[in-house]
Amino acid sequence: MATRKTAKAPNVSADELKQYYKDMLLIRRFEEKAGQLYGMGLIGGFCHLYIGQEAVVVGLEAAAGEGDKRVTSYRDHGHMLACGMEPNGVMAELTGREGGYSRGKGGSMHMFSKEKNFYGGHGIVGAQVPIGAGLAFADRYLGNDRVTFAYFGDGAANQGQVYEAFNMSALWKLPVIFVIENNQYAMGTSQKRSTSTDEIYTRGAPFGIPGEMVDGMDVLAVKEAGDKAVAHCRAGKGPYILEIKTYRYRGHSMSDPAKYRTREEVQKMREEKDAIEHVRELLVSGGHASEDDLKAIDKEIKDIVNKSADFAKESPEPALEELWTDIYASDIPQGAAVEQDA
Amino acid sequence: MPTEILMPALSPTMEEGTLAKWLVKEGDTVSSGDILAEIETDKATMEFEAVDEGVIGKILVSEGTEGVKVNALIAVLLEEGESADDIGDTAADAAPAEAPAKVPAEAKAPDAAETGPGLVQTKAPEPDWPEGTELKSQTVREALRDAMAEEMRRDPNVYLMGEEVAEYQGAYKVSQGLLDEFGDKRVIDTPITEHGFAGIAVGAAFGGLRPIVEFMTFNFAMQAIDHIINSAAKTLYMSGGQMGAPMVFRGPNGAAARVGAQHSQDYAAWYSMIPGLKVAMPYSASDAKGLLKSAIRDPNPVVFLENEILYGRSFDVPVLDDFTVPFGKARIWREGTDVTIVSFGIGMQYALQAAEKLAEDGIEAEVIDLRTLRPIDYDTLLTSVMKTNRCVTVEEGFPVGSIGNHLSATIMERAFDYLDAPVINCAGKDVPMPYAANLEKLALVTTDEVIEAVRKVTYR
Repeated sequence: MATRKTAKAPNVSADELKQYYKDMLLIRRFEEKAGQLYGMGLIGGFCHLYIGQEAVVVGLEAAAGEGDKRVTSYRDHGHMLACGMEPNGVMAELTGREGGYSRGKGGSMHMFSKEKNFYGGHGIVGAQVPIGAGLAFADRYLGNDRVTFAYFGDGAANQGQVYEAFNMSALWKLPVIFVIENNQYAMGTSQKRSTSTDEIYTRGAPFGIPGEMVDGMDVLAVKEAGDKAVAHCRAGKGPYILEIKTYRYRGHSMSDPAKYRTREEVQKMREEKDAIEHVRELLVSGGHASEDDLKAIDKEIKDIVNKSADFAKESPEPALEELWTDIYASDIPQGAAVEQDA
Repeated sequence: MPTEILMPALSPTMEEGTLAKWLVKEGDTVSSGDILAEIETDKATMEFEAVDEGVIGKILVSEGTEGVKVNALIAVLLEEGESADDIGDTAADAAPAEAPAKVPAEAKAPDAAETGPGLVQTKAPEPDWPEGTELKSQTVREALRDAMAEEMRRDPNVYLMGEEVAEYQGAYKVSQGLLDEFGDKRVIDTPITEHGFAGIAVGAAFGGLRPIVEFMTFNFAMQAIDHIINSAAKTLYMSGGQMGAPMVFRGPNGAAARVGAQHSQDYAAWYSMIPGLKVAMPYSASDAKGLLKSAIRDPNPVVFLENEILYGRSFDVPVLDDFTVPFGKARIWREGTDVTIVSFGIGMQYALQAAEKLAEDGIEAEVIDLRTLRPIDYDTLLTSVMKTNRCVTVEEGFPVGSIGNHLSATIMERAFDYLDAPVINCAGKDVPMPYAANLEKLALVTTDEVIEAVRKVTYR
């Protein structure tokens, strides 16, 4: 752990550390359970697990404030749990049940929560980036100081629309944090084979967007970088880029044989860099938690996840009438002027 | 021999313009590159330069004249040694003597070229406004602008974004004046980046705003179609009704004139296929206004397909405080008993022209303008077909997988026993749009084709 920026003297309270530990562990256990349910045929289609990348969303959600927005790609379960969406609702969406966030009509890749300001869950690589800039556009238009986190991967970073969004965000000083979750593989293509630079965040420089590389296996480093980016955006200085170097332990999706990297490479990351182990060590070495405390947390998380799996299995499939609902919204305001809400 | 100076064509669809101002007078010596006059087209005011040198011998069209046809003789340039006496009678005769000089704009009678068959509103049995409502003649362009302005006054979260919509006043002048009234917070020039700004607008709609996205033409929206369909149209469904994209994607669609294959395509059938989208394709100015106002208020994403050639056409528009036209309600332009001609958008001009000519031969066509293609007013169409027992569909788009194909299938399913002849689809030809004037004409649907189709289905 010697390479970690914050390893020396973490300026963080025991409660915060414990919360990070819990939040990351919840994502990991949830995703492991999702993988199991997929294997049992209870989850269909594509299912992209977040295992290994937990510190990214947990660190950034710790930096986010009330009313801030987030939008991401199809590898979205972790983001939903981290922003406070219910594990039951997420898992039941994975199984395509009535109790799911989209009542079973969205699936793993397409979930939303207006209440938690989670704007998806987008299945088209890179599409969430201009959408995120647009959410920030709306906040700037409405005159509030909210910030939007637009997450995308190193693969999406090669989509043209990302740079269209960079340009307009810089031009119009939109309060958006572009979070490049660089897990080093765009499906099966390594960054080396697909991307002209080792430092993707530097691609913001020609647009005048500041950015930095962050160790994504260290939740404290992510939180610190997130605080800085949020402050920049909230102050009206325009967009900011965080390239967060991370690693996904599982395949791109459940059907990925992962022939493009060695078992040893994955094993080495897990053993030497695991973000959850890192916090666990800090808790123990700092005297913030005993092994028994940690066991109790593990059990608490396991219970939540098991409950969500039970809920997702027991929740009925959507009623057949659901096929025909939510295609069009029907509340067309007529006549009277609309009140401005900001 | 004196050089003739002719009214120039300054845009692909320009057929006539206003000679706004002469910057030279008779007797002035000019050389190549000097600005002779300012010509106002329906899109912009342009300077018109001399290409030869000489002396302005005679000005044949005075400034302020409207409706000067392209290629009309407007002045004569004398070379060295020539005098005004050398100007032959032919030149004087060729002058557009009929063009009334200095007619005040409001007194101008809409002429045939400006209005097409649009003013044939005599037999419309279901007007969208109460009887006795005051009407004014307005171009489709002005009606669209008024619709946006009225809705922007009504709802502060409505804003317009697109290429050249603000300072340039709109590439086709549709957004003229909006920047002045609403400022640059709400009338926003974007870079040329359709995919990006369409995505930003979808995000803004998710975030509580009501964006109007102008595409300079719908050809360019091909770059943005992923956001229109995957991001805007599907989110309400995918989110289980939690959030959607209340917004309008609008701009000219279909063939303009002589702009070739990449700039001349009708996307009506494409967008009409997508659940979650609403699609409007108005023909008249009142429909353009009423439907656009409804579109802006609609809580769903609306694709609003305009037409460059129709922008300059004038129609009656009701003078009402808040005039809207609902989606999903066709308009019967002409009642008839012998055949139903159903169309939408610019296809209506062929439908109406054909109906007029057929009437001369005693064939009474009922002409229906669908106005919106999602939803489609099937009831009005089927009721008409059950009465006339024959149907011809008219559209400018490609023939395979067309709106006409879909209407035919629907009529077959729901009114098969009422049909006395197969439905015929008149559509554009199954070719990319050619540039050559004669080939372009051939590629588009024509009034004669509609007439021929009607004769076939009526066996007359």
